[in-house]
Amino acid sequence: MLTLTILVPLIGALAILYVNEDRCRKVACVLGAIPLLLLIIAWIGFDTGAGAPVFQWVESYPWIPSLGVGWRMGVDGIALAIATMSALLFVAAIAWPAETQGRPRQYYAWFLFLEAVSLGVFLTLDLLLFYVFFDLSLVGLFFLIGRWGHGDAQRAALKFFVYTFAGSLAMLLAIIALVLTTDPVTFDMRELIARQPLAGMDVRGALVLLGFVIGLGIKTPFVPLHTWLPPAHVDAPGPASAILAGVLLKMGTYGLIRIPFSMMSATFARYAFALGIVAVVSILWGALVAMAQRDLKRRIAYTSVNHMGYSLLGIAAAGALVGGGEQAARQMALTGATVEMVAHGLITGSLFLICGVFWQRGREYDLQTYGGLAQVAPRLTGFAVLASFASLGLPGLAGFVAELQIFVGTFGVYPWLAAIGLVGILITAALFLQMLQQLFFGELPARWSDFSDLGRVETRMLTVLAVLVVVIGIYPVWLLTLINSTTAVLTGGP
Amino acid sequence: MPIGDVLPEISVLVSAVVLLLAASFMRQQDHWRLAIGALASLFAAAVLCALQLGEPARLTFAGVWALDGASIWARLLILATTAICVALTPEWLRSDRRHGEYYAMLLLAALGAMLLAGAADLLQLVMAVLLSSVTGYTLAAYHRAWPLSVEAGMKYFLVGALTNTLLMIGVTLLFGLFGSTDYAQIAKAATGAPQIMALIGLTLVVVGVAFKLAAVPAHTWMPDVSEGAPPPAAAFLTVAPKIGAAIALARLVTIFPADVVAWRPLVATLAVATMTIGNLGALGQSDVRRLLGWSSISQSGYALMAVTAVGLNAQAIPALLFFLGAYAAANLAAFAAVTQLRGRTNLADYRGLATARPGIAAVLVVSFLSLVGIPPLGGFVGKLALFVTTIEAGYAWLAVIAVINTVVSLVYYLRVLGPVYFGDLDGPVPVLGGWAQKALYLATLLTIGLGILAEPLWSELGRVMLLP
Repeated sequence: MLTLTILVPLIGALAILYVNEDRCRKVACVLGAIPLLLLIIAWIGFDTGAGAPVFQWVESYPWIPSLGVGWRMGVDGIALAIATMSALLFVAAIAWPAETQGRPRQYYAWFLFLEAVSLGVFLTLDLLLFYVFFDLSLVGLFFLIGRWGHGDAQRAALKFFVYTFAGSLAMLLAIIALVLTTDPVTFDMRELIARQPLAGMDVRGALVLLGFVIGLGIKTPFVPLHTWLPPAHVDAPGPASAILAGVLLKMGTYGLIRIPFSMMSATFARYAFALGIVAVVSILWGALVAMAQRDLKRRIAYTSVNHMGYSLLGIAAAGALVGGGEQAARQMALTGATVEMVAHGLITGSLFLICGVFWQRGREYDLQTYGGLAQVAPRLTGFAVLASFASLGLPGLAGFVAELQIFVGTFGVYPWLAAIGLVGILITAALFLQMLQQLFFGELPARWSDFSDLGRVETRMLTVLAVLVVVIGIYPVWLLTLINSTTAVLTGGP
Repeated sequence: MPIGDVLPEISVLVSAVVLLLAASFMRQQDHWRLAIGALASLFAAAVLCALQLGEPARLTFAGVWALDGASIWARLLILATTAICVALTPEWLRSDRRHGEYYAMLLLAALGAMLLAGAADLLQLVMAVLLSSVTGYTLAAYHRAWPLSVEAGMKYFLVGALTNTLLMIGVTLLFGLFGSTDYAQIAKAATGAPQIMALIGLTLVVVGVAFKLAAVPAHTWMPDVSEGAPPPAAAFLTVAPKIGAAIALARLVTIFPADVVAWRPLVATLAVATMTIGNLGALGQSDVRRLLGWSSISQSGYALMAVTAVGLNAQAIPALLFFLGAYAAANLAAFAAVTQLRGRTNLADYRGLATARPGIAAVLVVSFLSLVGIPPLGGFVGKLALFVTTIEAGYAWLAVIAVINTVVSLVYYLRVLGPVYFGDLDGPVPVLGGWAQKALYLATLLTIGLGILAEPLWSELGRVMLLP
């Protein structure tokens, strides 16, 4: 079933090249929605009871047996939550009325391709396959940004591809060095988690960890590896930006949990504090730099650095000790980190889709040129306000659930880091409020008097995302049960 | 004499002679039929070669000719490469007065490359390098009325003349030191304390082979040949001799114990220099054919990584062969695309190609991404195998340098793909014809297939031996 989740959009990406141009979007929506349906079914069938296997819906076929590589699929609670969120965001991004510049077929084909490989990253249980999908997601986004972006799109696409590819290759070396310690060589994640192959190898363990942290860190991204992110976001089309922030950045933090956190927990624990410091720096740096941006999209791009910093802080706190010490706090931090990924995907996904609205209507991202839009675009205002408040962590919305757990959990392990990190929330609150004020309130400049409000499809898509943000904020149990079933195991709980 | 052991080579040689004679009696406009003849003879040679796979690995002809997995697979690869290059030719040389002779020359060049792969004796090595070189000069300068082509041939010849001389001096030194040119005999004699003279001799021979591999320090001819030679010939010269030379080099260096002659640092240095210089050279190119030439130099550098690791683990030779196969498929696809585009070479002329010729644009994407090593294409499995074997051999630093180089290489490949997909088309894009198109798609399918269906070949290569 998980295989189908990947194959349907992948084959769909080829098939759509032969579909009538007018019907492309509808067909793409249907094809893009199938993985979402399949994942919801997988969620319903997922056993969260005590003693249930960690990885469920497992499938395995040989691919290159002599290298220990196979087509291995399977999910735990973390992967399932993130994959389902990603699939949802893809449906929203595909359905979003985009400017396809006369090439709807290619546009939707690349989107479906990107959906297939992005889901592959979260669903695979084979380390090499993880790398394959991780790399292919770069190819997909490269073409989406370069072809359908605006401004200096080619340059941004090139920078994005080269920068993140450097990260991938660092990770590839780490993967090889990790895998070569097993005999016979296997890329099976379950085997590697069970064996902890680097236990007791100090130098090699540290180098492998460094490779993973650089590789996944570029993707996440944390300061100082984040410089590719703002140009890629600014010049990408709105839906591609939403996917970049909502799905691709998650591959970094998800990878950290899946690979170094799980497969080399002793080494990870030794360097967890350093990662925690990096996380706090990212939180503060991202927030402060975001505050200084006049460009709407750049500002939101930098808040991503800030938010992924929260997630990283949670992961670092959760991995700080091996075994059962401080288990409750660490589990809470890890659950918080995962919820942050889901929440950030939904919230920032909406925010970037909203940015796309500004570009489509006004060809302008400069905050200063806008004002008073609440008068002409009430629906847009409503969604933007909701998403911004969720992003700054207002109680009752998804962001709060995540950040509360991360900080409460981290206080149990690294109280000082948590205290400093809290400052970040303050700054984000300021920058979002200032942004809302600038865009929607005050006087309406004459040039925007005919700024049209959201269309039907746009409203519908944003409603779905907003409803989920509210539901997770008010009644998160269904999500937490799923995630906790895995984080309990990962932090050595009962 | 065990004539049966060299049947594939004999069949290629005889076909070359027959084709040459036929060409002088046939009308020029019928010369394309000779391409079919050449394909048939290559196929026959491949079958004869494949039949040798079942036999045990051994040295024949008094030890000068190695019949092991490495040589058989390399020769099969060379034959397949040559076949694709033959298919690229008929339309390109349609109006050339010496169309038919080209196939004979191509087969002889292929024979030279095959002899390289099997050479297990220094004199045999010299002979193979010379045959491969002399035919190579001719192929490079085949458009004798076009200054760039002649210049390419001239430059190729000058670099070749110098390095061939060095090769022979090296062979003389080694012969003087060890009293034999036979690899097995040298291996027996080369024991004991480190020998500086042996290292000098080996270095000179390595430079001679590096010329065929287009590796530093004998790489300078490659960009010119790639630009000036007829594209079908450039496709051949950037691939086939390299396959033979890489195997010849691996076979040559492994006869010396690493503590007698420190060849591993030598080859590792060459690998680093070759991949780095190749990539840096390609970065600034605005001429696609030249760019492919530089990129092909850097790919030789990656291949040398596997040579560095030969003997330290069992995967080195399989990794080398697999990488060469994947490189051959991707590079042939790229040159086939250039050929099909009638030799279009200025980067600015590639703008908007995806609009006019989506198929060829897709081929360029597949071949370039495979050369970078993006999964799941053949180049990825090849590079993965290289990284695995170098890291396992304890040369992790070499893998790190290769990774940095790979990132750099992505920049120049994307500098071509960017305009192809994101630029605006100006002017029509004429193409060559059906033969080239078939070769184009065949090479592309092989590039993809080597990645997705890597298992059968990989497990087959896992059993390969390298003599002596």
